[in-house]
Amino acid sequence: MNIPKITISPRPNVGKALLAGGAVLLIVAALLAWSYDSTILGDLSISGNPAPLQEFAIVMGVVGLIEAALVHRRLTSLSWWDTTSSARALAVGTLVYIVLIDYNIAYQSGGVINLDPGAWLALVGALVMVAGSFLLAPVKVTNQLKVHGANWLEIVVITATLAALLFMVAFILRGDDGGSVLAALAAGGTFGVLLFRGGFFTWLSVAAARHRPVIMLGALVVALLFPLTQNGTDANMSIAVDIAIFLCAALGLNIVVGLAGLLDLGYIAFLGTGAYVGAMMSSAASATIGWHPPFLVVALLGALTSAVLGLIIGSPTLRLSGDYLAIVTLAFGEIFHTAVNNMDGTNGPDLTHGPNGIAGIPDLNLFGFNFGSTHNLGSFTISNYSNYYILLVLVAALIITIFSRLNNSRIGRGWIAIREDERAAEAMGVNIFGLKILAFAGGAFLAGLAGTIQAHATPSVVPDNYTFQESSFLLAAVVLGGMGTVVGVALGATVLKLLPEKLRFIEDYRLLIFGLALVLMMRFRPEGLIASRRRQLEFHDEDENLADIVQEEHVDEQKANA
Amino acid sequence: MTAMLEVKDLSVAYGKITAVKGINFTVEEGQVVTLIGTNGAGKTTTLRTISGLLRPSAGEISFLGKRIDKVQAHSIVTMGLAHSPEGRRIFPRQSVEENLMLGAFARRDRTDIQADLKEAYDLFPILAERRKQPAGTFSGGEQQMLAMGRAMMSRPKLLMLDEPSMGLSPIMMKKIMTTVRTLQKRGTTILLVEQNARAALKLATHGYVLEVGKIVLDGPGPELLVSDEVKKAYLGED
Repeated sequence: MNIPKITISPRPNVGKALLAGGAVLLIVAALLAWSYDSTILGDLSISGNPAPLQEFAIVMGVVGLIEAALVHRRLTSLSWWDTTSSARALAVGTLVYIVLIDYNIAYQSGGVINLDPGAWLALVGALVMVAGSFLLAPVKVTNQLKVHGANWLEIVVITATLAALLFMVAFILRGDDGGSVLAALAAGGTFGVLLFRGGFFTWLSVAAARHRPVIMLGALVVALLFPLTQNGTDANMSIAVDIAIFLCAALGLNIVVGLAGLLDLGYIAFLGTGAYVGAMMSSAASATIGWHPPFLVVALLGALTSAVLGLIIGSPTLRLSGDYLAIVTLAFGEIFHTAVNNMDGTNGPDLTHGPNGIAGIPDLNLFGFNFGSTHNLGSFTISNYSNYYILLVLVAALIITIFSRLNNSRIGRGWIAIREDERAAEAMGVNIFGLKILAFAGGAFLAGLAGTIQAHATPSVVPDNYTFQESSFLLAAVVLGGMGTVVGVALGATVLKLLPEKLRFIEDYRLLIFGLALVLMMRFRPEGLIASRRRQLEFHDEDENLADIVQEEHVDEQKANA
Repeated sequence: MTAMLEVKDLSVAYGKITAVKGINFTVEEGQVVTLIGTNGAGKTTTLRTISGLLRPSAGEISFLGKRIDKVQAHSIVTMGLAHSPEGRRIFPRQSVEENLMLGAFARRDRTDIQADLKEAYDLFPILAERRKQPAGTFSGGEQQMLAMGRAMMSRPKLLMLDEPSMGLSPIMMKKIMTTVRTLQKRGTTILLVEQNARAALKLATHGYVLEVGKIVLDGPGPELLVSDEVKKAYLGED
């Protein structure tokens, strides 16, 4: 996310001309053929009929032209937009995008010789854009936090941003080979970084704080609309269900780790508890408990069982401060895995069928709505997995609501105090043990709830779904995305679950890549991809500018609340 | 009249080491009582035990006629006993206002909290000016003001201050001591722990001198100030 700062004596006029020229070259190139072979990356072989990937190149070119036009004629209404930084992000992103596509064409068709002129021209255009953008002079922008648009305008922009997000995600998922997905990701990343460097997201975060209901509702609608982009097919929806379950668990863990600051290394066991309770009490042939109450009862029981387990392991350990909790939860995760592996009738009671797990769990049927069949909504088809997806989105929305209510409450303030200085918090009258156990058992409850749905959404519940590796992935999602923020965790969970599914070729290296990514994150952005400002301050407390920003936002938030 | 705070035969031990060895003292309503002594005399240990952060190995502590030596720390705060800890222990990444609100954590009366917030700002105008600033960026004296303001936010009947003058400039120390006097006039009872014997005794209705876990001397503040033993041991005069 950091564009290296190269100091070249700026020549704004030359830079502007080069940026515009490169952008024009790029647009022209996108209208030409890039490859002889029509099977590579969609069809890039027809001149004058751009494929989706080429259309993105056109958009990049057009944005480049707009940026060039903005270099000198600085509109007062856009004085907060950092033209130079965003133009550099755009140019570098475009270059990466074009190189990825060209590499893919060359790789698949057997050599750079097979690149058509369009591909070469696009590469030249991108290079010229990069050169131009680095010749631009740094600009001084007005504080994005102080820009207030008209109410309707802010709401429109928020809605449009969410719609663009939905479109981008649907597009990335449409790719069925690694190359297309990677290219689409690069395009999405380019636009994201462009807006970030320009200062759009800073503005958006403040605007969103002013229109919290709009963004919450909008995000929910976008998430619910997503199945409609899939034309009733299940390929992506099954991945989406996996992500949604993972996300629910990560959001629960976010309360435990992100708000209360309790390091839980065995969190997946709580999801597993819910899933096993759901499976054992389902009407599957292999279910081990003879009582089959309605799902709502099972869901509640699963969640409560999880919470009770949380109380049992939490109450002795949470009285201690320090790393004991991490060690105990790590052990608890292992105990859970070993226990469900062994409760097969020979080593213990036959509750879980050991390593075979409980299979053939029937689909959910809630209030006469059968999750196993497809449903029609006008001309759209809602597939089997989409049903679960929608249910899980609603559960996630519930967890997010709980999270944000807690975060801004007296309890949330108590958690912050505990995280910062446990002893001082105690002297202030904060019930340390009570608040910690509330976070810990509450997190377990939410994971258990998600688990009971998981039991029905996946065909079988087996011990190997609940290993330490899964726990560490959950934690990685929280840390990578940004502890204590909902958007960050959603991003982290999606990235960690989606990439291995879509980019099959990295499967073998995925642990290596995630490990590397985490190390780099800790070095360069320890607060996570999307951090709450306060969190950012905790990691960079010498940054006075940041302290000012936090102060500003705080004032804005209070005004919005008043 | 029974004393507001009554400490009877209190002993506190860290493992095998006994830091406080059977001390007795009382704090009456409206008084400023001070515990003075050198490093390691057991002053901070005594305060931490009273506020429930440490448990006594023997003895009794009563506050407003109720035994509190087995009550949890957070409940003691609710009873009206506030503790401004040694080294200030403010929350450095929280803003001034958030720090103050955390001081009122044990209370649930919202409107009164707002009134007290205003009172804290009246007491320390500098806090009002910087209400949104992270507290970690403050100087030592400002942090001490914040710590005192924060302790006052629980609306205590008894305020315990642990070395408020630690590491402060003489001017800032004077300001802090004046505030202690102001708080007393407003009706807050104060238990003050200090190494700076002279400043503390000037204010104190009653003073206790602690030496390695025992009370060796006590009496009204002004009397102790002129007593030969105190002069020799703590004020460096012959």
